Amino acid sequence: MEDFLYFFSFQDASIAFVVLGITLLGIGSAFVGTFSFLDNKALLGDAISHAILPGICLGFMLAGEKNPFFIVGGAIASGGLATYLTSWLKDNTKLSEDSIIAVVLSVFFGIGIVFLTIIQKSGNPEMAGLNQFIFGNAIGIVERDLWIYGGLSIGIIGVLVFMLKEFQILVFNPDFGKALGLPMHHIRLVFNILIILAVVIGIQAIGVVLMAALLITPGAAARFWTDRLKTLLILAAVFAIISGIFGTYISYTLPQMPTGPWVVVILSFIALLSFLFAPKKGILFRFYHRKKYIDKTQRDHVLKSIYKAEELGKPALSLEELTHIYPHQKQAIKNSIKELEKEGQLFINQNLIKLTKPGKMEAKRIVRLHRLWELYLNEYMNIAPDHVHESAEKLEHLLTPELEALLETRLNFPRLDPHQETIPRDHDDI
Amino acid sequence: MMTFDQNAFLIIFTASLIAISCGLLGVFMMLRKMAMTGDAISHAVLPGIVIGFLVSGTQRGLEVIVGAGILGILATLMIDWLRKKARVQLDASIGITFTLLFAIGIILISAFAYRVDLDQECVLYGEIAYLPIDLWITDAGKSLGPRIMWLAILNLILVLSFITLFYKELKLTSFDEKFGVVIGIPASAINLGLMSMVSYTTVSSFEAVGAILVVALLVVPPATAFLWTRQLRQLIQLTLIIGIAVSLLGYYLAYLLDSSIAGMMVTVAGIIFFVSVGLTRYRSKIKFGTQNEAKAFSS
Repeated sequence: MEDFLYFFSFQDASIAFVVLGITLLGIGSAFVGTFSFLDNKALLGDAISHAILPGICLGFMLAGEKNPFFIVGGAIASGGLATYLTSWLKDNTKLSEDSIIAVVLSVFFGIGIVFLTIIQKSGNPEMAGLNQFIFGNAIGIVERDLWIYGGLSIGIIGVLVFMLKEFQILVFNPDFGKALGLPMHHIRLVFNILIILAVVIGIQAIGVVLMAALLITPGAAARFWTDRLKTLLILAAVFAIISGIFGTYISYTLPQMPTGPWVVVILSFIALLSFLFAPKKGILFRFYHRKKYIDKTQRDHVLKSIYKAEELGKPALSLEELTHIYPHQKQAIKNSIKELEKEGQLFINQNLIKLTKPGKMEAKRIVRLHRLWELYLNEYMNIAPDHVHESAEKLEHLLTPELEALLETRLNFPRLDPHQETIPRDHDDI
Repeated sequence: MMTFDQNAFLIIFTASLIAISCGLLGVFMMLRKMAMTGDAISHAVLPGIVIGFLVSGTQRGLEVIVGAGILGILATLMIDWLRKKARVQLDASIGITFTLLFAIGIILISAFAYRVDLDQECVLYGEIAYLPIDLWITDAGKSLGPRIMWLAILNLILVLSFITLFYKELKLTSFDEKFGVVIGIPASAINLGLMSMVSYTTVSSFEAVGAILVVALLVVPPATAFLWTRQLRQLIQLTLIIGIAVSLLGYYLAYLLDSSIAGMMVTVAGIIFFVSVGLTRYRSKIKFGTQNEAKAFSS
């Protein structure tokens, strides 16, 4: 608890620096990453984060020390080359995009390793700092880094917010942008530079491999909660902030624990919660809705079957007869019967199932919708009577009262469907 | 200076074995558009390696291989689950999966740092130059040669038998999964089999070439071969030739520049790839050039 208070009061300047740094670069990466996620290029960031290794090494070799300007410059150059090659190869070879990304990623990284071993063998004492650059060390963020990298992050966020419209067009409909006369090539160039910058900054906190998570995961998680771009960006930023702060907190209380991986684990956890529980798009929500729909169709089928038997002059059906009609759904049919009995739509008398008055109304409605739709397909779409049943089997559960009224007036309150069966109405009886 | 001694032979031989195993699997991965899934698996096996290490107490235990194999399959299933059940787009599913598992791996390493002699660097880079001194010594004290070479031989035998046994199934499901399912091939089982072969290959090679270089050997030679031919048999043959060439040239270039052998192998693979892109483009330009002319003429 003491730790908790000490940490979250941010009295300690070094804690404040680390938290501020990781929050800023988290937001920057989340913003850029959300756009490339929407652009279906989620893994481009992964390719870039591996591809900047040779640039970092070259910058280091040229400067002879861990000079941020040389290193960032080299990283941007090789990241830019990799991005360019990725799109060039896509346009000029028949390789699939994932193969291209994997080729670029691994070849650049391999070249980087060659440079790295050359530096290692040169025995430069600053080598340790370089390794920190590659594997990430959030705790190592000091004031000077914060000014450079925090400033760059704010720059990235600023450009993204300022050019939101342009990037929106770039991601959703570049052809439209071209038609409007926007310089789409330049906009893409700016966007690619932003990704590369975000990766170069982010890597120092989180490392080459995990960088992809900072880019992809916040946007992918936020996508489950909203369809609006602005809300999406804000949510992604919030997820990045939460995971950044708690990741730092964990490695503060447990000093042997690395920050970056914990940030990723927390981010992934948020993503998992979103996938499961988000309304509308979440797995549980979709599962529940599907189940509800299937239950309803099942109940509709039971009512319909009994009604049809009644039409043929058989006022009740036994459970065996009912399950015989739907031999693969015995248990589901039994459940539906129980449910319908509770709702008062049918009653069971000595193993015979009969419709109640409201049950019969409902059954008539379903059969009516089925037959109206069959007739509509037959008359208006010129579909042969023997081909209309399948579609009506689905639509009978879906047609709304408004559509029903529309069908009735269109077809002028018909009496018979294409199979010469009566279309039942509430006031007539059989 | 340029020597072909026993060490050089052992390294080139082992590297070729690894390159061949990776290339064989890589051809099918590429055809299934799963190149990045291979990348994901090679990172995702990390926690399995650490747990196997903890259980067996050594990096060489069977537990390490089993652990990594399980994690590789888990990663495949997780990617599939995210894509199909949660409806996350494929590339994002891959990104989320491998970063999460790799992060867990690093956390495990940090948590058990005093018991696990492993680090990210060794998993990512590997070092094949130490191969000749890392010998497999029997209890009787007899040396049987480099341990990793034996691992690579075993790996290649397994990969070869997997591919020859299931060649027809692999081929069919790679080109038309639905047709494969229709004629009764258990496509998902074949897929899982391929993925577990990839994870096994990653583990048995990561000490030598590192995770990212396993990816390079999985992806680059098949992609290069794909530039030249579309026929599966030729694709495989060309991939194998490129794999061996990469090992040979990579070793000597690394020797010349005093640099990482594995890194150099990938660099050479990259050079072969880009030269192939240039040559095949030149070739197709000539072809399409005349065709276009003929078309322009006729229309």
